[in-house]
Amino acid sequence: MKLSAKSSEKIAKSIIWAAAMLVVAVLAAIVIYILAKGLPTLSWSFLTEIPEGGGAAGGIASPIVGTVLVTAVAVLIATPLGVGTAVYLAEYTKGGAITKIIRFSAESLAGIPSIVYGLFGFIFFVMYLGLGWSILSGGLTLAIMILPTIIRTSEEAIRGVPGSYRETSFSLGATKWQTIYKVVFPAAIQGITNGIILSVGRSVAETAALVLTAGSSLRMPTSLFAPTRTMAVHFYTLAMEDISPANAFGTAALLIILIFIINVGANILLNRFISNKGKKKEAKGGKRN
Amino acid sequence: MKEMESLMNISNPAKRYTAPTSARCSLGLKAAFMIAALLCTSFLHGCSRPEGGIVIAGSTSVQPYVEILSEEFASLYPDIAIDIQGGGSSAGITAAEAGTAQIGMSSRSLKDKELDRGLWSVEIAKDGLAVIVHPENPVKGLTYEQVRSIYAGEIVNWEQVGGNNAKIHLIAREEGSGTRSAFEDLFMGEKYITPKAIVQNSNGSVKQLVADDKNSIGFISLGLCDSKVAALELNGVAATHENIVNGSYQMYRPFLFVANSEPIGDAKLFIDYILSDEGQKLLLENGLIPATEGIEKG
Amino acid sequence: MKDFKEKLSGRIFFVLALSSISVLALITVFILIKGTPLIAEVGLKDFIFGMTWAPGRGEFGIFPMIAGSVSVTFGAAVIGVPIGICCSIFLAEFAPAWLSKIFRPVIQLLAGIPSVVYGFWGMIFVVPLIRDYLGGPGLSILAGSIILAIMILPTVISISEVSILALPRQYKEGALALGMTHWQAIYSVVLPSAKSGIVASVVLGIGRAVGETMAVIMVLGNAVALPESILDPVRTLTTNIGIEMGYAEGAHEQALFATGIVLFVVIMIINGLAQYITRDKNKGRR
Repeated sequence: MKLSAKSSEKIAKSIIWAAAMLVVAVLAAIVIYILAKGLPTLSWSFLTEIPEGGGAAGGIASPIVGTVLVTAVAVLIATPLGVGTAVYLAEYTKGGAITKIIRFSAESLAGIPSIVYGLFGFIFFVMYLGLGWSILSGGLTLAIMILPTIIRTSEEAIRGVPGSYRETSFSLGATKWQTIYKVVFPAAIQGITNGIILSVGRSVAETAALVLTAGSSLRMPTSLFAPTRTMAVHFYTLAMEDISPANAFGTAALLIILIFIINVGANILLNRFISNKGKKKEAKGGKRN
Repeated sequence: MKEMESLMNISNPAKRYTAPTSARCSLGLKAAFMIAALLCTSFLHGCSRPEGGIVIAGSTSVQPYVEILSEEFASLYPDIAIDIQGGGSSAGITAAEAGTAQIGMSSRSLKDKELDRGLWSVEIAKDGLAVIVHPENPVKGLTYEQVRSIYAGEIVNWEQVGGNNAKIHLIAREEGSGTRSAFEDLFMGEKYITPKAIVQNSNGSVKQLVADDKNSIGFISLGLCDSKVAALELNGVAATHENIVNGSYQMYRPFLFVANSEPIGDAKLFIDYILSDEGQKLLLENGLIPATEGIEKG
Repeated sequence: MKDFKEKLSGRIFFVLALSSISVLALITVFILIKGTPLIAEVGLKDFIFGMTWAPGRGEFGIFPMIAGSVSVTFGAAVIGVPIGICCSIFLAEFAPAWLSKIFRPVIQLLAGIPSVVYGFWGMIFVVPLIRDYLGGPGLSILAGSIILAIMILPTVISISEVSILALPRQYKEGALALGMTHWQAIYSVVLPSAKSGIVASVVLGIGRAVGETMAVIMVLGNAVALPESILDPVRTLTTNIGIEMGYAEGAHEQALFATGIVLFVVIMIINGLAQYITRDKNKGRR
């Protein structure tokens, strides 16, 4: 029996709609469930008190500080490296073996599972460099992990800068460095920032790579060499060890809210970036026609 | 295509970049670079940990008790910072040996090859090992032989040991865990835990799973047992503190502190505190058997 | 002076780029150094095809973990890929503009949620459902596949959607002009033309599924035996490292690094495949 074009159209359409709604439903189920159970725990004291009894009581102040510090180290190290690499890829190379190797490495790095980064961070930063379980070890490990994202988004943003900008700058007598520094960067900065914000999100959410490198101390960190426990790791511990379901949900809710804010921030920036570019394109398009 | 575009652009020099954002960005950029440079130098110059403070790492079974002790200790010596890490018994011993941690926590006796390396150790408490099931499970007790057969995968249905007709869901700990290794030493004899057993990597998750699943069996630290799970009688003896002390319940293991040489300074102060009457009383209140308490040999 | 600055800045960017890629080399070298001695000792064949994992007794066979990774990933692909592709078609072809404007950030949020949150949700929601209605301990291949399917959705959806949107409009318009219905046009013109992008999205999704650790630790049960049904607990390559690393020493630690090498190689092959497919596509279009 062959379906008529009309009925197959109908069936296909309803399957596709159903799939899309299913995805939304699943996401809603997860987010609403966690928020419903976690929001009642979230309070000012939960955010500002240090955990007691391994997280059974008290708040999550030290994991919050730990998360911020580890993420800051990661971003501050990965940004110059990643943006620099992107500049090199976008502005200084014209194909060739080195570019191919760099691009291959960056793409390969992007696919490596975070647990492998954890293994490496453990053996290299914790053991070999003797940094121990610390904010620094965790942050450096994450820096490597987010490097590919930063390289890719920055390179795309830099390549997105119209060639006319550079030509104009050169024609005015600017050197290559001046052009990059004063013309290309400012034009690409929103795209670059978007990549960095996404990396922040990834750092905040990461667990596997940090369990082996940043440690699991609940004390308020006093230096970058102190061990710490990020919120995601704290949540994992609370949930797995059945220490305090209420605090686990509270931590998870805060994580989801943070990720939400980070995503919204990245989106706003990206939209602005795209609409700016769109305007420029329009102007150009008008000329072309 | 690309070439076309740039050609077009050359012929269109009217499009010029305006400056204001440039200044803002370069400032931010400069700041970012400077902070990165600062970080790098601190990274190069400060590869050693700051003095003072104790790092304790190892068994996740011992960790919760030491956390409680350290909170009390902190009220006596607020200047001494104690960082407590999980990681597991073996990792704790390795970390203590390498000096990454001043004290390693172990929930099993040291192995011969570890003793050969001249490690220093002290028993801070004893911990009973309880075999647990769901509270609704009609099976209330097993013999050592039955526990061994269940974990070896020879007994697979609760009916075979007087329970419901249901498949037994075995839950074990992972390789390297002090609790697993103590369980193997105490129960398994020449047999091995079947690879079909579910593996969880902490006492807490084993307990949570047993509390959720009516047909499961697991083993955890006696100090963590509560009404959510039921501890089985073994050979007719209940898993209680008294029965361990009087020698009739023989399933217990030591909690050890390990170091690469006899501790001095802050680490010694903390160990002394744990072994003091006050420290031992705290451990007792939290379900452990004080190291100072002797056990009658049956 | 100007010239000097010029040269210097070029050099600096070159050095930055070099240090970025040297990280990959560093990772490879360190994991190889830690892991290869054990593989050499046990023998590559016995390590990969050995059926018994018992580091305490000196037995290091990871075949059950390989089987675990393959079965869970396969399950995730079976569940996640059709839904993901349908979703991308929905976004690219059917959704009204206002809806896709909401939908895209939702997918992005899905990608940003920490994997432990998915694992936790699976542990308290999916696992008990499976235990109560399908039997077994609940912690199972099925539970892991469902959670991973959700986790690979964003990858599959966004990359497929981009590849559909990238098609020239004339393709579809031509098909419609020939009297095809919307779905016929999608099925016989749009999907075949976007095939390489869609396949790449699936391959990348599979890469993500193979690499995921924490979420699957929480729902898989981590047993080291060959599974007999989808309701059996299994252990994957990643969870083997995640669950035992903290406890390992000596040969056991080396064995986990060796597991890492196998994982690394598998992921490199998957990535290489994805890169090859997308490269092919670019050539095809030119």
